[in-house]
Amino acid sequence: MLSTLRFFRAPRLSPRFMPVWRRNFLVWRKLAIPSMLGNLADPMFYMLALGYGLGSLLPDVEGIPYITFLAGGTVCYSTMNSATFEALYSGFSRMHVQRTWDAILNAPINLDDILLAELFWAASKSFLSGMAILLIIWVLGLSHSWLALAIIPLVILIGLTFAALGLTITAVSPSYDFFMYYFTLAITPMVLLCGVFFPVSQLPPWLQDISAWLPLTHAIELVRPLLQGQIPPRAALNLAVLAGYAAAGFYAALVLTRRRLLK
Amino acid sequence: MPVLEARGLRKFYGALEVVAGVDLAVPRGECFGLLGPNGAGKTTTLRLCLGLTDPDGGEISLLGLPVPAAARRARAKVGVVPQVDNLDPDFTVRENLLVYGRYFDLPQRDIAARMPELLEFAGLTGRAGAKINTLSGGMKRRLTLARSLINDPDVLFLDEPTTGLDPQARHMIWERLKSLMGQGKTLVLTTHFMDEAERLCHRLSIMDHGRIIASGPPRELISRYIEPQVVEVYGEGVREWAGSQGAGLAERTEIAGETAFCYARDAQALIAGLNGRAGLRYLHRPANLEDVFLKLTGRDIRD
Repeated sequence: MLSTLRFFRAPRLSPRFMPVWRRNFLVWRKLAIPSMLGNLADPMFYMLALGYGLGSLLPDVEGIPYITFLAGGTVCYSTMNSATFEALYSGFSRMHVQRTWDAILNAPINLDDILLAELFWAASKSFLSGMAILLIIWVLGLSHSWLALAIIPLVILIGLTFAALGLTITAVSPSYDFFMYYFTLAITPMVLLCGVFFPVSQLPPWLQDISAWLPLTHAIELVRPLLQGQIPPRAALNLAVLAGYAAAGFYAALVLTRRRLLK
Repeated sequence: MPVLEARGLRKFYGALEVVAGVDLAVPRGECFGLLGPNGAGKTTTLRLCLGLTDPDGGEISLLGLPVPAAARRARAKVGVVPQVDNLDPDFTVRENLLVYGRYFDLPQRDIAARMPELLEFAGLTGRAGAKINTLSGGMKRRLTLARSLINDPDVLFLDEPTTGLDPQARHMIWERLKSLMGQGKTLVLTTHFMDEAERLCHRLSIMDHGRIIASGPPRELISRYIEPQVVEVYGEGVREWAGSQGAGLAERTEIAGETAFCYARDAQALIAGLNGRAGLRYLHRPANLEDVFLKLTGRDIRD
């Protein structure tokens, strides 16, 4: 039918996303402490336990102590995790279980505004997770360069990328169980193949080829050198890949969610 | 100019035409009801009028604005009570109203100023700090209704506003809706409760299979389609009675399950005949909207 074509029209973005973002913020404020703990504890313990425990058995990795190596990966992994969980589980609750989006759509707010708010909201939450790890890195004295400050805006981009990808999954999900596929087929492989725990160069070539296409690889290629005070060698490519995933992911999420809710 | 006007509305889900050429015109201050069995296309029609889904054909104008093109501007002066409660379970009663007001871009102090009035309207003045999951079904419905008034709308859309409520709660909602009509608000509601439609609506349309099959004020629809008197007969041997005696005394007889519905201009002869029959019981009543509804949409179950 003709109306189906309209699902593909360009995003119509407006500042009306703001009250929706504020709604999520108000909910988060009530549950801030358990929510922060949940997001933080997991990556932090991985970094500390593996970094010091496993690291004490290892020689330097790429010329730096293992915990320092791990720190760059953990900032990205923590940001990815937090954005993904928010866009998937919390987003799905609001869209499908609580019907919060339906209520909002009856006000003068469009679905595009809601999706934009969810994108920014998941990125906001993941920003806190990324920053918390960065703070720990600074407190432990694992980074001494002013260049590391460039990681702050980068974490926003990384959060937007994984929030956008997560929202596409939410858009097609029939239930919470469906998210297992995304974790098993996308998130876990990325954690293992993109250089969080060891350099990608240790993988056989065919796995390296896969890794080169994954967004987390590009996030880590940016963050790890910056922590050491080096300019990332392929910064333009890395940024373009992350921005590309973010833009394509958001557009796909928009089309798929319009198809789901505005039919 | 009508507050809501739709011409030739059509909507397909795949090959199924769920709205098949609907025309509506609701003048200011009217309570208009859309009646129909499940799956008749009522909710889809409301969604089309609000600009929540694009029509495959036809034109809609809401508060003088074209929909869906200017639906967002139109919705700024519209309130909606959805079929399924979607209050925010993470918030208190007060926060629900506050957050909803922000969706309309209302300044915080305007929302705060309206708050006491809305809480009172919902009968929840003492419960402003209560969590949503501690409220009864009737309280939730009243809060949803109050929430739809946060922007002081000119027109309210209510999708089955009293479905699932007990009689006390339904009467309370009706009383609230009447007071809104008293304030001059335009109401558009869907329902499949005939007493609700008869009680509230100035005018209504009966919808089936995506089409409007009858429209008019409730009393007029009854007199147009149904004989004024109804005798419902039930008991031992009702079918046999209806086939022989009943058919001769009533203008029209319908059998549904173990009951014969006899429609007549004058029911005196029918009743006289029934009084002599042991084993048969009857109920004599004036015709109502449900009779019209069942005559026009049939007695078959819809799923």
